Amino acid sequence: MEDLRFQHNVSARAGGTRRTAIVGVVASGNLEVLVERVLPDAECQLEIKTAAVGFGEVWEAVIADFVERHRPGGLRLSINDGGARPDTVSLRLAQAVRLIEEDEQ
Amino acid sequence: MLMSTNADIENRTVTTWRRHREARDVRIEAGSRLARGKIVEARDATRLMEAVVRPGDRVCLEGDNQKQADLLSRALLAVDLAKVNDLHMVQSGVVLPEHLDLFDRGVAKKLDYAYSGPQSARIARMLFGGKIELGAVHTYLELFARYFIDLTPHVALIAAVSADREGNLYTGPNTEDTPTVVEATAFKDGVVIAQVNEIVDKVPRVDIPADRVHFIVKSDKPFFVEPLFTRDPAAITEGQILTAMLAIKGIYAPYGVQRLNHGIGFSTAAIELLLPTYGEKLGLKGKVASHFALNPHPALIPAIESGWVQQIHSFGSEVGMDDYIRARSDIYFTGPDGSLRSNRAFCQTAGLYACDMFIGSTLQIDLQGNSSTVTTSRIAGFGGAPNMGADARGRRHPSEPWLKAGAEADPESPPALRRGRKLVVQIGETFGDKNVPLFVEKLDALELAEKLNLELAPIMIYGDDVTHIVTEEGVANLLLCRNASEREQAIRGVAGYTEVGRGRDRNVVERLRQRGVIRRPEDLGINPLDADRSMLAARSIKDLVRWSGGLYAPPSKFRNW
Repeated sequence: MEDLRFQHNVSARAGGTRRTAIVGVVASGNLEVLVERVLPDAECQLEIKTAAVGFGEVWEAVIADFVERHRPGGLRLSINDGGARPDTVSLRLAQAVRLIEEDEQ
Repeated sequence: MLMSTNADIENRTVTTWRRHREARDVRIEAGSRLARGKIVEARDATRLMEAVVRPGDRVCLEGDNQKQADLLSRALLAVDLAKVNDLHMVQSGVVLPEHLDLFDRGVAKKLDYAYSGPQSARIARMLFGGKIELGAVHTYLELFARYFIDLTPHVALIAAVSADREGNLYTGPNTEDTPTVVEATAFKDGVVIAQVNEIVDKVPRVDIPADRVHFIVKSDKPFFVEPLFTRDPAAITEGQILTAMLAIKGIYAPYGVQRLNHGIGFSTAAIELLLPTYGEKLGLKGKVASHFALNPHPALIPAIESGWVQQIHSFGSEVGMDDYIRARSDIYFTGPDGSLRSNRAFCQTAGLYACDMFIGSTLQIDLQGNSSTVTTSRIAGFGGAPNMGADARGRRHPSEPWLKAGAEADPESPPALRRGRKLVVQIGETFGDKNVPLFVEKLDALELAEKLNLELAPIMIYGDDVTHIVTEEGVANLLLCRNASEREQAIRGVAGYTEVGRGRDRNVVERLRQRGVIRRPEDLGINPLDADRSMLAARSIKDLVRWSGGLYAPPSKFRNW
């Protein structure tokens, strides 16, 4: 296991009103993302617990692109990773933001 | 020179021109002592080999993609080494363990082949260990061609479903390589021995006429067939669905690709399952994917049932598809008996000359676009991909996709003198199993060539034949690249988070994107979040059975009900 933590400044607050959302599953080659709207609007935090050790640089690149593309201001994302491929990680992160940006039912 | 002098004539050294035929007749006579008519009992099969095969012979032991002459390979393996040894095996598939046991035992010495799927790890070990003297790894068509020039078999050991007493053979749906092997052997004074599942009064149809078959051995159990082309829709991922959407909208649609060949991976299975849903939504029905050179892929059933597909010619068959094919003779090539007639040599030729696109996956792609399925510990061979995935330099008939691709590659030449280009598309996710990257700086194939001292690295598809690369990150159109460095950046630009991808020049990649060399999902109006399994026309093997109206009978390993 490896723990990684990233902190980014973000130019915009994530849309919508939902407080939390969860996508994905913890399984081999997959991951679970819990997203919570708990931070100041200009901040984004990601905390990663991953089964695959030594992929820090890849995570950094995936997350930098994610922050640039989706502007997840105000969100803390907690990731439980079962060794998912980077493209799967990108997809789950995008799904998590889409879900929290939906209006509450 | 038109006339010979008397001196030339007197210097002629050859006294008979029938040595090969006479030698063949001696072999047949020796074998006949074990036969009643042409029929030899299974228990005498090894003695038949000892009677007919000579040391150093070129032997084609029919190892097709699917159909295996397994009884005859065991019989050959058991020969007395004093009588039979040092054979030169010339066969398309090295598939059964017995195929390699022949080399371990010393029955065979030299190998020319095309494909070694399940034996790929062992064949690599034996090549390194010097157990096998390697001629070359061929493509199917290339090996078949050599059967008629310099690798003509002395003996062919083939497999068929049934024979009549004269020796007419019915190969069943898996005709595959048999007609080619028999043609080369029987018409050049070789001996043809067939193993059959049963001997009948009248065969359902004659795939091989009796006068080309010298001996028949009835096997106690049916020859081995493996389902190689069945992909369970349940295992298709969202990433594969996204790449499939990119391929359909980014390549099938703009080029109007109607005549094509699909590889056997999950990405192309996803395309097959998206045609009736996503393809329909894009209004592409009747405009793309109507004529195929393709094995009977179960994943194509929903597209066939939805009226997308007009015609399919097949290399071989697929386990469980027999009844479905019989009931869909408008689509497949079938005999008077109703069952599929496949033919590997003709279908390979069809894929090479009459298809406008090949799309398939690979294990490694380098910065020039060369691709290979060889890794340092596995030599899987080529099979058909290099012929499917190559421009046919002898092609002369025009078609819309071929002309459009040619114009993109060479906009300056006068159209009437410009060659078209076949679309050769490599599709895959940037990371494969166990996070192994698809893109690499140096192919393992090169390392292997150095280690084994090969003159040629085993490249499956050469970079200059590849026209497009599709990954979840986008479509790279290499036809639009004007030099090697643009090409390299276009490849890096769809290589995702692999080291090759992270090594891109972001500014150059952005400029390539503006020129349409690279197209991202958003450039094609595709939202990656829409890539959902609910888009697949069938989401399980059971769904495929339902689509087929119960005609598709999946083998038990694909059943979970």
